[in-house]
Amino acid sequence: MSEITNLLLLLLVLINLYLLSATRLSTSIKFLAAQGVVLAVLPLSLHGLHFSIHTILIPLITLVIKGIMIPNMLFKAIREIEIDRENDPYVGQTASLLCGGLFIIISFWVSERLVLPLGVTSRIWVPVALSSVMMGLFLLITRRKAITQVMGYLVLENGIYAFALALVQKMPYLIEMGVLLDVFIAVFIMGIMLNHIKETFEDFDVEHLTKLRD
Amino acid sequence: MILLLVILPLLAGALLFMVRRPAWNPFVLCATALIHLVITFSFWTNEPDPAFNDWLALDALGLLFLSILSFIFMLAAIYAVGYLKEEKRLHETDVQRPHLFYASLLFFLATMSLVTLSQHLGLLWVAVEATTLASAPLIFHHRTHEALEATWKYLVICSVGIALALLGIFFLGTAIKAEQGSLILSDMLQYGVTLDTYWVRAAFIFLIIGYGTKMGLAPMHTWLPDAHSEAPSPASALLSGVLLNCAFLAILRGYQVLSAAGQAMFAQHILLLFGLLSLGLAAAFLLNQTDYKRMLAYSSVEHMGILALGMGLGPGAAFFVLLHSLNHSLAKSMLFLTSGNILLAFKSKKIHSITGLVRALPWSGFLWISGFLAITGTPPFAPFVSEFNLLGVAISGHRFVVAGLYLAALVVAFLGMGKSVLSMSQGDSSMAPAGCKEKSVLVAAPLILFLLLLLLGVHIPEVLSGKIMAAARLLGGVQ
Amino acid sequence: MKIGIPASLILYLFSLMAAPLVPGIINRVKARFGGRRGQPLLQPYYDLARLIRKGFVYSRTTTALIYWGPLLQLAALGTALTLLPLFPGVPPLLSMPGDYILLFYLLALGRLFTILAAMDTGSAFEGMGANREALFSALAEPALFIILATLVHRSGFLSLSQIFVESSAPLALPGAEVMILMAALYLILLSENARIPVDDPNTHLELTMIHEVMVLDHAGPDLAVIQYGVSLKLWLFMILLCQIVLSVLPNLGVLMPLLWLAALLIITISIGIVESTMARLQMRRVPQLLVAASALALVAYIVSR
Repeated sequence: MSEITNLLLLLLVLINLYLLSATRLSTSIKFLAAQGVVLAVLPLSLHGLHFSIHTILIPLITLVIKGIMIPNMLFKAIREIEIDRENDPYVGQTASLLCGGLFIIISFWVSERLVLPLGVTSRIWVPVALSSVMMGLFLLITRRKAITQVMGYLVLENGIYAFALALVQKMPYLIEMGVLLDVFIAVFIMGIMLNHIKETFEDFDVEHLTKLRD
Repeated sequence: MILLLVILPLLAGALLFMVRRPAWNPFVLCATALIHLVITFSFWTNEPDPAFNDWLALDALGLLFLSILSFIFMLAAIYAVGYLKEEKRLHETDVQRPHLFYASLLFFLATMSLVTLSQHLGLLWVAVEATTLASAPLIFHHRTHEALEATWKYLVICSVGIALALLGIFFLGTAIKAEQGSLILSDMLQYGVTLDTYWVRAAFIFLIIGYGTKMGLAPMHTWLPDAHSEAPSPASALLSGVLLNCAFLAILRGYQVLSAAGQAMFAQHILLLFGLLSLGLAAAFLLNQTDYKRMLAYSSVEHMGILALGMGLGPGAAFFVLLHSLNHSLAKSMLFLTSGNILLAFKSKKIHSITGLVRALPWSGFLWISGFLAITGTPPFAPFVSEFNLLGVAISGHRFVVAGLYLAALVVAFLGMGKSVLSMSQGDSSMAPAGCKEKSVLVAAPLILFLLLLLLGVHIPEVLSGKIMAAARLLGGVQ
Repeated sequence: MKIGIPASLILYLFSLMAAPLVPGIINRVKARFGGRRGQPLLQPYYDLARLIRKGFVYSRTTTALIYWGPLLQLAALGTALTLLPLFPGVPPLLSMPGDYILLFYLLALGRLFTILAAMDTGSAFEGMGANREALFSALAEPALFIILATLVHRSGFLSLSQIFVESSAPLALPGAEVMILMAALYLILLSENARIPVDDPNTHLELTMIHEVMVLDHAGPDLAVIQYGVSLKLWLFMILLCQIVLSVLPNLGVLMPLLWLAALLIITISIGIVESTMARLQMRRVPQLLVAASALALVAYIVSR
C-alpha cells in the first residue's frame, strides 16, 4: 500500500513541476484538477478498502470540490476572458523550474527534523507537502495574471491539504469539510472578483492593480 | 445559548440576502446587533455551557474579545444605517444591491463571534478564514477600481496567510503524542508537556505568519492600508477595531499552547520581533501620509505591533496587552467612524484637501482631535494607561533597548499623525462644502466611544478589570 | 556470474556493428507513421559505405582540425563504449572506480571535437549550431549527473561495472522513482542525440538546426565517421536506459538476451513514435525541457535517498 501512496505523492510533485513550467492556462487547470483527484485518492491508499464515513465521505467531497467544481469555475473564467496564455511571468518558466528543484531540496532538508508520528507510512509525505506549499507561494508571487494567482493559491492549499491527510486519524472530518468549504467559497469569491477585474480592465493582468500604494 | 451568537446573525444575514427588501435592512441589522449585545453581556454574570463536545465554549479570553466585538458592532451598525443613508443622499450614487452590504455585516458578525467561541483550533481556523470571506464584499462595497484592487489584495493575501496558519495547526496536530490528545484547546493545554518540541515550534512560526497576516503585523500587513481605506467607514471601524483583535486572539491561542508545551520563551522572542518590526514600519509610514484613512490603517499596524511586543515581554504584560487591545478597539473605531463623517462632508480622503475641520464640522472636528490624542497615548485617555504600563513592564524587565525602540516609535507616530490631524483641523473652513450638517446619529456613535475612552482613562471599573484579569491569567499573567 | 573477456569483446564488437541499425529502424517507424514504406532497414550502412568511397573535400580556409575532429570524436565515443556494461551481468571491457565520470567526459570530449571542427569552417551557420550544441549539452549535464548519482547512491558502488554487474539488485528502487528516473534519462537521450523535440535530424532549414548544421561542411569519409559516431552515441544512451529498465525486471536467465533485444527495440521504436507524433519545440523552450529533466532526476534522487 505504501508503494501506491508514494506514487501518488510523487504525482503531486510532478504536477506541481508541470504547473511551474506551464504557459497554457487550460492545460494548467486540467493538471490542477488531476491534482484534486490525486488528493481524493490519497487517503484511500492509506486505509485500503476499510470503509467508514471518514474514508468514503472525505475522498468523495474532495473529488467533487477539488477535482470538479473548482476546475470548472476556473475554466469558466478563462473561457469568458478568451485568454489562454500566461506570457512573460515575472520569473520565466525555466527559472521557475529551477526554483522548483530548489524548493524540493529545501523541503527535504527541512523535514529531516520534522518526523511524522508512527502510523504514517510514507517518508516523503512531509517534504512533498512542504514543497507544494513553497511552489504554490512561488506561483502566486511570480505570475502576472490574477487567475494564475488563484491557481497558485490552490497549489499551496493542496499542499496543506495533503499534509492534513496524513493526520486523518487526529483530525475530525468536520474540520476537513470546513476547510474544503472555506476554500471553495474563497475560490468562488475570487471568481466573482476575477469577473469584476475582467469587466473593469478587459484583462486579468494584476499589473492594473497597482493604484494603491504609499 | 452560546450557539445563538453565531446562528442568529447568520440567519439574519441569510434572511436579508434572500428577501432583498431595502426597508428591512436597517431594522434587522440593528435588532440582531442588540440581541447579540444583550446575550453577550448576560454571559458576564452567568457563564454559558459549552456546546458541541467542548468545541464551542466561552473562556475569559473569549469573553473579553466577544464583548469588545459585540459592543463595537452595535455602535457600527447604528452608524452604518445613518452613514449609508447620508451617503446616498449626499453623493447621489445608488449603490447596487445594498442588501449585500447588510447581509455581509451580519455574516461578519457571525464569523467573528465564532472566532471568539471556538475552542477547537481547527474550527478556529475555519472561522478566521470565514471572516475574510464575509468581509470581502464590505471592502468591495463602492465597486471602484480602487475598491477592486483593495478587495483582491485582501482576499489573496489573507487567504494565503491563513492557509499557512492552517499548516501551523496541522503541525500542532502532528505534535500531539498523547493518546487522548486532540486539537481542542483544553486537551492541548492538559497534554501540553507531551507535545513534540520541533513540531510545536514550527507550528508557531506558521501560526504567527498566518494569523499575523490577518492581524496586520509587518511585513505581512500590505493588504491592510488598502482594505481599511477603501471600505466604507463603518466597515473600516469593524475591520480595524474587531477583526484585527480576532486574529490576535487566534495568535494568543497558539501562545497558550506553546506555554503549555514549555516553549513560551520561543514564542515571546518571535512575538517581540514581529512587534518591533510592525511598530517601526508603521511609524515610518505614518510620517508622510497623504490619505487620512490610510493613516488610521497604519496606526492600526502600529498598535498591533504594540500588542505583539507586549506579549513578547512575557506574561507579566498580559493584563496590559489585553487592556490595550480593548483601548485600541475603542479609539480606532471612534476615529474610523469620525473619518466617515469627514469623508461624507469633504468627499475626499486626501489630507491636504481638508482644512478647517473644527469650524466646518465642530463635533467631528472635536472627536477627530481627541481621537488622535487618545490613539497616540496621551493622558487622560485610556490608551495612555496601557501604553505607559507596557513601557513600565519593559523597563522593570531590564529590556532597555526594546523600551527605547518602543518609545521612539510612539514619538514618531505621534509626530506623524499630529502633523496631519492638526493641518486638517485648523485653518479656514472655506474648503468645506457649503451646508454640510452633522447628523446626530453619526456623531452619537463616536461620541459614546469618546466618553468610554475618557472614563477608562480615569478609572477602570472593578467588574471590567476582573474580567481582564481572568483573561490574563489564562495567558500566564501573574497573580 | 563470472563471464570473461571474450563475452565482453563479442558484445562490444556486436555493438559497433549494430549501432547504425538503430537510425534505420527509427526511419522505418517514421515512414510507417507517414504512410510510406520507407527506406530499407540497412540504409544507414549503405550510406556509410557510399560516403567512404567518396574523396575528401576541404575548404581552403580550414585547418587540420576539420580532418582530426571527426576522427577524435569517434575515438572518444568508441572508448566511452568500452566503459559501459553492455549486457546485464557482463562486465565492460574496462572498468575502474569513478569510470562513469570518465564515460561522460569522453562524451563531452567527443562533442568538443565536433564543435571545434564546426568552428574551424568559419561559417556563421556552423558557429550558430556549435553554440546551441554547447548550450544544450551543458544544460543536459546536471540531469545526467544526478541520474548517475542516484545509481551510485542506491547501489553503493563507484563504477558502472559494479553497479550493473556485481550488485544483485542494482537499484532496488520502488517503481515510481525508477519511472521518473527513466523519464529523465529518456529526455536526455532525445536531447543529447539531437532528436525531436529538441532537434530534428531531418531538418533542412539551417536556422533551426543544431547538430546537422554543425556538420554541413563535412563530406565524404568525414561525414561517414560523424554519422557513425552519432549512431554509436545513440546506442550508448539506449544501452544505459536499457540497463536501468532491466535492473528492475526479474532475471529471466536464458531468455535474458531476448529481453535485452526486446528492450532495445522498444526504446528504438518509441523514439520513432515520438518523432512522428511530436512537433519540435521552439528553440527558447528547449532549456525548459532540459531543466525539467534535471528536476525529474532530482526528484528521483532525493526521494530514493
